[in-house]
Amino acid sequence: MERIIAQLPRFFSPENIYFLLQGMAMTLTLTIVGCVLGFLLAFIIVYVRQTPGWWAVPMRLVAIAYVEIFRRIPFLVVTYLVLFFIAAFVKQASVFVIALVAICIYSTAYTADIIRGGFESVARQQIEAATAMNFSRWQTLTKVIMPQSWPVILPPAIVFMVSFIKDTSLVSQVGVFELTFRGKELNNAGFSGVLVFGTIALLYFVMSYPLTRFGAWLEQRLAASRHHRPQRQLR
Amino acid sequence: MPHLDIIDLNASYGSVGVLKGVNLSVERGEVVSLVGPSGSGKSTLLRVLVGLTPPSGGRIVVDGTTIDYRSKSSLKAARDRMAIVFQQYNLFQNMDVMRNVTIAPVQIKGRQRAEVEADATKILARMGLADKHHSYPDQLSGGQQQRVALARALALKPEILLLDEVTSALDPELVNEVLDAIRALAAEGMTMLIVSHEMAFVKEVSSKVVMMDKGQVVEAGPPREIIDAPKTDRAKEFFGKILRH
Ligand SMILES: Nc1ncnc2c1ncn2[C@@H]1O[C@H](COP(=O)(O)OP(=O)(O)OP(=O)(O)O)[C@@H](O)[C@H]1O
Ligand SMILES: [Mg+2]
Repeated sequence: MERIIAQLPRFFSPENIYFLLQGMAMTLTLTIVGCVLGFLLAFIIVYVRQTPGWWAVPMRLVAIAYVEIFRRIPFLVVTYLVLFFIAAFVKQASVFVIALVAICIYSTAYTADIIRGGFESVARQQIEAATAMNFSRWQTLTKVIMPQSWPVILPPAIVFMVSFIKDTSLVSQVGVFELTFRGKELNNAGFSGVLVFGTIALLYFVMSYPLTRFGAWLEQRLAASRHHRPQRQLR
Repeated sequence: MPHLDIIDLNASYGSVGVLKGVNLSVERGEVVSLVGPSGSGKSTLLRVLVGLTPPSGGRIVVDGTTIDYRSKSSLKAARDRMAIVFQQYNLFQNMDVMRNVTIAPVQIKGRQRAEVEADATKILARMGLADKHHSYPDQLSGGQQQRVALARALALKPEILLLDEVTSALDPELVNEVLDAIRALAAEGMTMLIVSHEMAFVKEVSSKVVMMDKGQVVEAGPPREIIDAPKTDRAKEFFGKILRH
């Protein structure tokens, strides 16, 4: 305990604080860029998966297989797979890119099911009405389905992203210089593990708590907004 | 030449045949009513017409042109000519009344917004909805929603209007407001194919009644013959049941 107190002034030096802030920035960048890209890719996966017709069967199978497989593989294993796969083709690939690709792959698989659930929450009858009025599939999606499925999609998508802030710590395993990795560095430099990882833990909390609150606020707002209210159950 | 000619039409859900050789024609400006027991295929017939359920045989001819339901362009043309109103209104819940009515003419048919909105304002006024332009479907009663659905169909300027039990989800006191709107359309000479259980109304507006059972037409003719003096046992039994209620 005395050792910790003695280390305090040196630990919270401007350099170390800057060092940790950079780690936080790296963690948030990986999470946000990875999850947002994954979210967009997931839209494509769901769109492909819902394409009707015989000619689309192979595409549909690929989309289904992708989601079902990657949702069942631990994120760390996905990361190693990406690492060794990319390493086989590119020498000295950036670990940041590797981590980002792994996060994308994983978050795509996860959010695809969230998006699909959202799309399917819109009453089929509205889609038929649109079809009978000559809406194309894309027009039905963007003008009828998507505006009504946001309240169903966004809250769990944000919950996923917030929880992913924690999971990004796993990419420290492949050497990405994010928050957890920096903690290890400081610990190696002689600072008390309790002090270092206590601080790191607090910083993870500081990053995810406001996002959680934001998610809850958004959920309430969306639920209250008439424009996005899903159709009441038909009898 | 009939405005709408349905010839030996077949359709099935999976392996279950639902329409088994339906023949029916509607002349220009005529109102034809489809009646029959639940499950006889009335809704399916209308769904096939607008391409929501694929036909498995037979022909549908609109104004002399046979529709090929496997061809995108032919199907699109068919949907331009026929509009359908469903029992459950099926309004877009994320749009207000005005947008529900104008979205297809503006965004799908590419007409001028100002012109479409002027049209929609007239149609909504006729439907008694002049003060509801900015209401959302879940702020309206069933009867109002159904009139919005009618307005939405009319804004498409269809040649043929298909109505599927448009009053059966409504409370009795709301039925008449919708029937009045349909009466007015009939009087104007809109070609209509109506599924309805309102026998008094059917008798009043239609020039022909078609009774279906088990995917086939059992009897067809002027309402007084079919409803008041059915010839087949099946029709006698059906109308006997309905009229006793
Ligand atoms: N989506 C579907 N999948 C499978 N079978 C269906 C489907 N829709 C309808 N059917 C069946 O097709 C038959 C005809 O149904 P349809 O809805 O056309 O009857 P209807 O005459 O409109 O009846 P109602 O008066 O109850 O509306 C019924 O036996 C019904 O169970
Ligand atoms: Mg029906």
